[in-house]
Parts: sequence; C-alpha cells; structure tokens
Amino acid sequence: MSKEHDPGMTVIVKTVTRLTVGLILLYGIYIILHGHLTPGGGFAGGVIIALAFINLDLAFGGSVSARIFSKASTGVVEALGAVMFLTLALLGMKYGGFFDNFLYNDGNPGQLVSAGIIPLENIAISLKVGAGLFGIFLTLIILQKFESEKK
Amino acid sequence: MIELYVLLGLMIAGAVIAIEVKNLLSAVVAVGIIGLALSIIFLLLKAPDVALTQIVVEIVAVILLIRATLHREIAQKSYGTRPFGAFMGILFLGLAVVAAIVTFNDLSPFGAPLMTISEFYPLNAVTGTGAINVVSSIILDYRAYDTLGEATVLFTAVIGVLAVMRSPGKKNEEDLQENHE
Repeated sequence: MSKEHDPGMTVIVKTVTRLTVGLILLYGIYIILHGHLTPGGGFAGGVIIALAFINLDLAFGGSVSARIFSKASTGVVEALGAVMFLTLALLGMKYGGFFDNFLYNDGNPGQLVSAGIIPLENIAISLKVGAGLFGIFLTLIILQKFESEKK
Repeated sequence: MIELYVLLGLMIAGAVIAIEVKNLLSAVVAVGIIGLALSIIFLLLKAPDVALTQIVVEIVAVILLIRATLHREIAQKSYGTRPFGAFMGILFLGLAVVAAIVTFNDLSPFGAPLMTISEFYPLNAVTGTGAINVVSSIILDYRAYDTLGEATVLFTAVIGVLAVMRSPGKKNEEDLQENHE
C-alpha cells in the first residue's frame, strides 16, 4: 500500500478506529439522552459525536466522513437543531411563558422519560453543537486540501 | 488541596512552554496540558458537568489547532526588546494584582455564606422540573435564556467560519505564488 493511494494513518490506527468509533458515537448518544440524570448534556454529547466523525476523518483521510455527512448537510442539521430549540421555547408561550416546561408532569424523577422538555432541549442543542463543530472542521480541512494541492 | 496547587503549577508551566517554544506543534500540545489540568481541577472541585464539557471541547480545539498549524509555515517574527512595552506590561500587571487583592479582601471567604441565593435550586429543582441533574435543570429550565444566548454565540461563530473560509481566498493564492517565486 503506497501512501498516495491510501490516505490517512497506519493500519493500526485504522483498525482501532474501526473498532472504537461506534462506541464513541454510542457514548455521545448516552451522554445526550441521560443529560437530565447524569453529568453531561447536549453540549458535551454533541461535541463527542462530532469527535467520532473527526476521528474517522483523521484516521481514514479527509473525505470518508464527508461521504456520510456532507458539508451542506452539517449546515442543515445545525439549523434544524436551532429551530427545534426555539420551537420548544415558543411552545412554552402557550402554557405560561417563554421556555415554560410544559411537559414536566410526565414521568417520575430519575426515569429516562422525565423532566419534561429538558431531554428534548438536550437533543436540539446536541444537533446544533455537533453539526456546527463538525462543519467548522470540514471547512478547515477543505481549505487545507486546496492549499496543499496548490503547492 | 495540595493536588490543586500541583495542577495549577502544571498549568502555569504549560502556558509558559506554549509561549516560549519555537515548534508550533509542541506549543499546541502544551496548550492541551492546560486544558487537561483544568478539567481535572473541575473534577476535584466536584463539577463533573463542567469537567466533561471542558475536556471534550479542549480535544476539539487541540485537533483544530493541530490541523490548522501543522502543515503550514507560519513565519515567526521576532521583535526586538521593547523596554517601554515591557515596563507598561509590568506596571499594568502590578495594578491588576493590587486591584485583585483589594477585591478579594472585600469578598466573604470561599463558600462561607453557604448558598444564600442559590439554595433555591437544590431544594426545588427536582420537584419543579423533574430532572435529578440539578445543573441540567438550571441551564435548560431556570436559566434557559442563557443557553439560548450561548447557542446564538455558537451559531454566529459557525456562520462566520463558513462565510470566511467557504471558498479559498485570492490572497492565499497570491501568497503561494510569491512563495514559489
């Protein structure tokens, strides 16, 4: 395997990445969904999910995760997260005020389905943060590729 | 408390190394030491939410810095010694220390009036919101406006990066051609 036809890092790194990237993704999803029960939340979980994709990019070369999750779709997902967060905030207006927790009677404290709109807000923030950071990373990589091609 | 001082010393050492070292990659690694030590300090001070956020954001920041600096030759300009600048720097640093001492003398001791205002949240958060993670209930329910502002800041930052760097600028092209010649 010559280096020109096989971008990315060594076989060791690729194998370890192939084994662990799913676990990292799962850990991020766990942190998001349990944000109202355990330390963590939407911000940290979103960054961990972005890190899983960044891990793929670093190990296998620049274009692997762009095939799964293109630069245009990062913008769409980020905007979707922002709209979801604002929609939850505005829905509270109907029940009492901006950011009113209108679902808080559903479920007992400590269960996964509890705390009203807080888990939904966590999901919205995680979409926003993860897609935003991954979009920044992709943008920097594309710029760097262009520069190295010019050289 | 001794481990806190060890970690603080490690952070100061990392900051000094990051400034003084010539190799950019080594400087970025030294910046990573600061973030790791800060995360452990948050963990020791019993703030696991902040520690988790700090460590993951630090990892992303270090990766982005490495990708941005590693293959790029950034000319290191060395300025001569500037006695006036150094004097003013020391003067303002001294003023800041004096102001800090005065301010901290006026504050009550660390944790002394234990939660006069904030005791509302541990007492009422679980029944009020149903979330047993009180930090989560504060940032997403009681203080959700702040989270909205933070999300807006991040949104603006992402829009800025995508707008500035979406297409390779012409200035870079000219610079590269000059480097070839």
